[in-house]
Amino acid sequence: MPGPEVARLVGMTTLATAPAKRQRRTAGLRRAISPLALLALWQIASTTGVLPADKLSPPSDVVTALIDLWQAGALQDAVGISVQRVLIGFALGATAGVGLALVAGLSRTGEEAIDPPMQMLRTLPHFGLLPLFILWFGIDETPKVTLIALGVAFPLYVNTFAGIRGVDPKLIDAGRALGLSWSERIRHVILPGALPSALVGLRLSLGVAWLTLIVAEQINTTAGIGFLVSDAAAFSRTDEVVGGLLVYSLLGLLTDSFVRLIERKALAWRVG
Amino acid sequence: MARRLIEAPPQAVTSPAVRIRGLRRTFGSNVVLDDLDLDIAPGEFVALLGRSGSGKSTLLRILAGLDLPQAGSTEVVGAASVAFQEPRLLPWRRVADNVGLGLRRRSRADRRARAAEVLGEVGLTDKTDAWPVTLSGGQAQRASLARALVNDPELLLLDEPFSALDALTRIEMHALVLKVWNEHRPSVLLVTHDVDEALRLADRVIVLSAGRIVHESRVTNPRPRALHDEAIAHRRIELLGHLGVAEPESSHPAQKESA
Repeated sequence: MPGPEVARLVGMTTLATAPAKRQRRTAGLRRAISPLALLALWQIASTTGVLPADKLSPPSDVVTALIDLWQAGALQDAVGISVQRVLIGFALGATAGVGLALVAGLSRTGEEAIDPPMQMLRTLPHFGLLPLFILWFGIDETPKVTLIALGVAFPLYVNTFAGIRGVDPKLIDAGRALGLSWSERIRHVILPGALPSALVGLRLSLGVAWLTLIVAEQINTTAGIGFLVSDAAAFSRTDEVVGGLLVYSLLGLLTDSFVRLIERKALAWRVG
Repeated sequence: MARRLIEAPPQAVTSPAVRIRGLRRTFGSNVVLDDLDLDIAPGEFVALLGRSGSGKSTLLRILAGLDLPQAGSTEVVGAASVAFQEPRLLPWRRVADNVGLGLRRRSRADRRARAAEVLGEVGLTDKTDAWPVTLSGGQAQRASLARALVNDPELLLLDEPFSALDALTRIEMHALVLKVWNEHRPSVLLVTHDVDEALRLADRVIVLSAGRIVHESRVTNPRPRALHDEAIAHRRIELLGHLGVAEPESSHPAQKESA
């Protein structure tokens, strides 16, 4: 994974207060105008023939195509399979990433053993491993899920590890002075202190999970959203292609808002 | 449990609450505590004065169990607790949960009740469920003091707890510390570099320099103390001298309200 992942950390943590929320709602309405205008422009360009349907279908056709796919049951099947790949890959990668971060973060020996190889492997573009994975695991689910797991593990590892190590040592000392044992200090001081950073890692890793899914599903696949898209492309059905992309982004948006919700609940202490 | 039935001012004859012998702590070639001996009587309020690097915070950290000496012994009768210069509240715990953190062996309801009680003592009843980030500096320091008091400790270690507060809040905190000390009578070791603070609060003021005790003053004036009192003013000059600061002789002695 590229280095700037950590640098983006600061920009991605969002805090909201009540008046700020209200302000954002009106700002949100105004910000919706230009995307809607672009959508209208696209529709007009298509209906007037400026934009031929075999290059890009109008928004109305995209919606119709999605409804047709839904009624045929193909959309549900594809989404089900894709979501399943992401969930399994994410679960594996998150377990590995967070697990390794805990070991490296909570013990010096663990850090010395785990951190150097992790930092080295982190720079490897994981998409580049796809041919190797196909060679190792064949063309079924395994290479896809493994690739997602690999993509997920690194941002979670890096941010959780940084979070653990970033906990104010004065707070840990205060815990010791209060008589907290090692495990109690981990539970009451270190883990909650590492949570904000770990949640940034969670958001980044979910983004990587969907991206990896899209790449992995382009190759040798017979099911899933990626299959739907490549099959549609073979028949120049640009309405279905765009529809598939739309589903991808909606799913990404869904998981991102889920993490935002967790952040709002779990990090309420930052705003009070 | 040590019983506190001392009515008379503590004397050296009672067995000490804190007994330090031959304490030595070095960091590399830097000797921070050099063969230090110190006794603190039960219920005695001791202020430890010293410049930065005199070893006063290291001594407190050793008594708090946060640091280990290379040589020597420390005996503390009963429980010790610390309030630090920064309040060090856990930002992700509400005020009452921070205060109750030292009471983990008790039930949650018990912890909340005891925390509420101590928060009442320090005047923070209305902040029980607040997040630490919403507290003012003085309020956070009160919460930190409450957390130190929640176990009803025999020894209260105060590591410059008022130095980051504004002057008015500091005066309020001095009164508060005297109040809780009067009510619970723990031994207190206050680390500070503020001579006036030491003179206002302590029974005994100790000056630490290069890891050794270089001076001791007993302050017997009844509290609350007026800093312009003749005896106190005299002590100040004496203490500042031992800290290596020469206070200019007042050119207007008439302004001192000599009682």
